[in-house]
Amino acid sequence: MNNVPQIVDKKFVKQKTLKAIIFFVLFIVACLFAWNRLQHQPKEAGALVPLRKGLDMNEWIFSHLFSNNHLSKTYAKKLAAPRVRVNGYVGLKNNNDTANWKLNLVKTIGDTLKISLADIKVMPKSEIIFDFKCIEGWNQITHWGGVRFSDFVNKYGLSKQSGLKYVGMETPDALYYVGIDMASMMHPQTLLCYEMNGKPLPMNQGFPLRLIIPVKYGVKHLKRIGTLFFANSKPRDYWHELGYDYYCGM
Amino acid sequence: MKKIIQKHPLAIRWLHWINFPLLTIMIWSGILIYWANDVYKIGFGDKTLLKFFPDSFNKALNIPFRLAEGMNLHFFFMWFFTVNGVIYFLYLLFSKEYKLIFPNKDSLKEAWLVILHDLHIKKGLPPQKKYNAAQRIAYTGIIILGFLVIITGLAIYKPVQLYWLCNILGGYEWARIEHFIITILFVLFFLVHIIQVMIAGWNNFRGMLTGFEVVKDTEVIKKEEVINE
Repeated sequence: MNNVPQIVDKKFVKQKTLKAIIFFVLFIVACLFAWNRLQHQPKEAGALVPLRKGLDMNEWIFSHLFSNNHLSKTYAKKLAAPRVRVNGYVGLKNNNDTANWKLNLVKTIGDTLKISLADIKVMPKSEIIFDFKCIEGWNQITHWGGVRFSDFVNKYGLSKQSGLKYVGMETPDALYYVGIDMASMMHPQTLLCYEMNGKPLPMNQGFPLRLIIPVKYGVKHLKRIGTLFFANSKPRDYWHELGYDYYCGM
Repeated sequence: MKKIIQKHPLAIRWLHWINFPLLTIMIWSGILIYWANDVYKIGFGDKTLLKFFPDSFNKALNIPFRLAEGMNLHFFFMWFFTVNGVIYFLYLLFSKEYKLIFPNKDSLKEAWLVILHDLHIKKGLPPQKKYNAAQRIAYTGIIILGFLVIITGLAIYKPVQLYWLCNILGGYEWARIEHFIITILFVLFFLVHIIQVMIAGWNNFRGMLTGFEVVKDTEVIKKEEVINE
């Protein structure tokens, strides 16, 4: 470090100071200009294009961290909330005809299998008590029961379909819909869920069948699955269209 | 003729000023995110002394219902903020500049004297180098907070994949609280920093622009030195 005092001309100090001030003002102007430019970028699915690209890049980076061995922390049953928070009703209002409900499993286009709740309950039940996390920032320990999606894939011979990149799900009225990457769907804690706190799902929690996917924010835990399909391109996603991250992975 | 002394290396000046808009964006987008679950407050029992944040604050800055925008900004600029901070830290280490910033064994005692001095309770200061002891502790503290804000942020961002980090920090809820408190500390640091810079005056501020400070003691300038120039 050069801590030795220097003797310089008065002019030198003046010029250097002026130059630094000009640089500083230019820097501030450049920052404001860049910020303004960013705000005027076109949008892609509700998000400014550079930021959308940033989200997609983050997905690519952090999907490398993803492992089926990384589990959402689980808790004792007594810690599960008796009253489970309900945050959204989109896709639930028009679908009260649950008596005739069947899951439409689209194996390929034109080959749709109709699966009843009884068919699903035949498979071994898995339970999970985990800290449900909402994209808004709140969290709640909740208790769910259902069938592992990976078990479901095995049972229905969907090994070819599970080689695709995404799973799409929609409510029976198709008003709420999500797309999820295959790795997250095949995670051992991902459930096609039909029980909450040991009882059948309440209507406002998506009776008769919903998704529980602890590696994602709540927005991806679609309630009342009407249709389930497989795709190589991103299926449409309700909150993605409104400017949120597609991946939403934790 | 003037006598100047080099104070801040070019790299530190740039990294310092680049950090300013980046941290501003991180805090701003953080507030947009926090609004969606704004549960923190200071108080005791049922009495709330200060709610984070008051409705008037949210209203005045047009904060409500901008969660997606906040997240998109936060998870874009986090890279620039982190990279800038890492470069700054590496520069401190490799340039040996850290020796002027990290506290030494006397710093704690001396910092107390600096505070008494700044509050006009006591006159006179122990001899100091580039930074006095209170500055050393404050600037090193802010570097540690910078490190912690990234760590706590990562734990909230990927609490499943980085479960071990989340556990170390006391779990998801604690990590969020810690991240929030660090942000508040950043703001408090900023306020004190600004006030101190204003008190210290133009010559000191110019140091962060030009790199040098003008030394006042003109008597020291001897004719021989001028001639030697």
